[in-house]
Amino acid sequence: MSQPASITPATAETARQVVSAKNLGLTFQTNDGPVQALSNVDLTIGKGEFVSFIGPSGCGKTTLLRVIADLEKPSSGSISINGMSAEQAREKRAYGYVFQAAALFPWRTIERNVALPLEIIGLPKAEQAKRIARTLDLVNLTGFEKKYPWQLSGGMQQRASIARALAFDADLLLMDEPFGALDEIVRDHLNEQLLELWGRTEKTICFVTHSIPEAVYLSTRIVVMSPRPGRVTDVIESTLPKERPLDIRETPEFLAIAARVRDGLRAGHSYED
Amino acid sequence: MARLKPSWQAAFALLLVVLALILGAMTQPEAEALANPAAGAAYPYLGTKGVIVGLVGVAALASMLRLPPFAEALVLFVGAHAAAWLLLTGIGGFEGTAKAPFYLALTAAWLLGWRCAAVLSAMRPGQRWERVALNLVVPALFGLWLLILWEAVVRGAGIPFILLPPPSAIGARIANSLPTLGEDMRQTILKSVFIGYIVGCGAGFAVAILADRFLFLRRGLIPIGNMVSALPIIGVAPIMVMWFGFDWQSKAAVVIIMTFFPMLVNTVAGLAASGHMERDLMRTYASGYWQTLVKLRLPAAGPFIFNALKINSTLALIGAIVAEFFGTPVVGMGFRISTEVGRMNIDMVWAEIAVAALAGSVFYGVVALLERAATFWHPSMRGR
Repeated sequence: MSQPASITPATAETARQVVSAKNLGLTFQTNDGPVQALSNVDLTIGKGEFVSFIGPSGCGKTTLLRVIADLEKPSSGSISINGMSAEQAREKRAYGYVFQAAALFPWRTIERNVALPLEIIGLPKAEQAKRIARTLDLVNLTGFEKKYPWQLSGGMQQRASIARALAFDADLLLMDEPFGALDEIVRDHLNEQLLELWGRTEKTICFVTHSIPEAVYLSTRIVVMSPRPGRVTDVIESTLPKERPLDIRETPEFLAIAARVRDGLRAGHSYED
Repeated sequence: MARLKPSWQAAFALLLVVLALILGAMTQPEAEALANPAAGAAYPYLGTKGVIVGLVGVAALASMLRLPPFAEALVLFVGAHAAAWLLLTGIGGFEGTAKAPFYLALTAAWLLGWRCAAVLSAMRPGQRWERVALNLVVPALFGLWLLILWEAVVRGAGIPFILLPPPSAIGARIANSLPTLGEDMRQTILKSVFIGYIVGCGAGFAVAILADRFLFLRRGLIPIGNMVSALPIIGVAPIMVMWFGFDWQSKAAVVIIMTFFPMLVNTVAGLAASGHMERDLMRTYASGYWQTLVKLRLPAAGPFIFNALKINSTLALIGAIVAEFFGTPVVGMGFRISTEVGRMNIDMVWAEIAVAALAGSVFYGVVALLERAATFWHPSMRGR
């Protein structure tokens, strides 16, 4: 495994590259000396893909997402989003980002929170109202427009933050363990809704998680990462159909993919020992 | 026994009035008249002593019956305050002659007042307006009894007017000097305090934004601001009078110096209060500095800014009044206090103190109300 793992688009139909990273590396300077968070990451994500990044804590999966979002600058290698640099892409609002916590502003109602990116972009009021209504409907929050975030449950808050990321209609959705803090049942429900949303909108989604079933259930491709230094150890193409009811998780096909992801994670760990 | 609901305040009050009856004379003139019945001199509580004892006794006993809380509070209220009223009016003209039974009866009435406040505090009414009324009545009772005890002790013990005038005299002085007090308030509060407060807080806020925007200002200015805030106001005030003259401008300058720094420090701290995630979020929207400031960082700083506004509302009043000690035109609350002390008009000093306390409380209350409206979302304000 000393060779850098590389990922190439699975089929020719994913011709349009949304994310393309080459030989990406990132070293943080800390008080305890440099920490290599990413090393030799090569990655291409095509339009309409649902890619999950899975790995133990500290494997750089969140850092990789933040590099894609231009929230961190890589120390080596190159990254391009829709053919632009990450910074240009951010300034063009090429992606919506969903954080680990909802990060809604408590002084704004749900409606005003969803309107936040639209206000910053400077859309006219009428257009804002239309988009707010549409995205709140997409995440099933119609009727909660005038509520404040602290009046809603954790799951509803996270749905509102997804609505906010969808509101300005970027083609790329970056999600950093968005359901990590939620309980199993709410999480299942939101996973189902997210798949449905992805099917309807044909967005490209990058999804960070540390749950194997979540990654297998959602993704068309699973990127397995391992820590110190953060790197890609395996890339698994999902053979599951696009239509995925929740009970697909009991099928042998699903379990086989899950087993392969587990092996990949274990391999990453044994490398450590 | 099931019909009774004993309370220690009522039982103790009963004990005290019985003790007062046994000890006999309420005042020195009464003791002299009893010692020499032939003289037939008039003395306090000639006809009302029995009424006072009766009021306290009946109210104490009735309060221990199983009455509904409101009726119990009403009985206690009437008994305690009627007895206190008789005690206070009876001592008029005989100041300094009170003997132990006077204080015992006063204590008994006070205990009933205490019990009344306790009963009212324990009530849990359903209607919102009733709760609001209770929230006003209980502190009002406390304040009232502070005044009653003050008045009774000052009159009963004959404390010299110079040391501590009774509240009734202060009240009379306020009523008789309304134009003077109004003039002083206009000079000190409407000019020195308000203008100084607005300019001081506004400057502190503006400099905080600049310090946030430019690192060298934050590094260089905040330590110096810290030093300015440590300047003794007593030393600064006369210098400001020399610089800006005797009128309100020099007092406003002192207020500006006092209010500037709390605002600066709190706003700088508040601007750092928004979370990393929220700031990253704004970055993903390619939001500019000013948009992030207005939409995220200033709202998040709200609780800090209002803290500074509240601290400054009291600081400004202190600053303006103290600064007037160092030279003013012949008007202003600080000027009045310093001159009337010299002329031994202590009641006027107390009148100014009362007005200043009232104005300060109203000022603080208005800022606190604004805070509640503006930072309703903060966990410390929710559900209030």
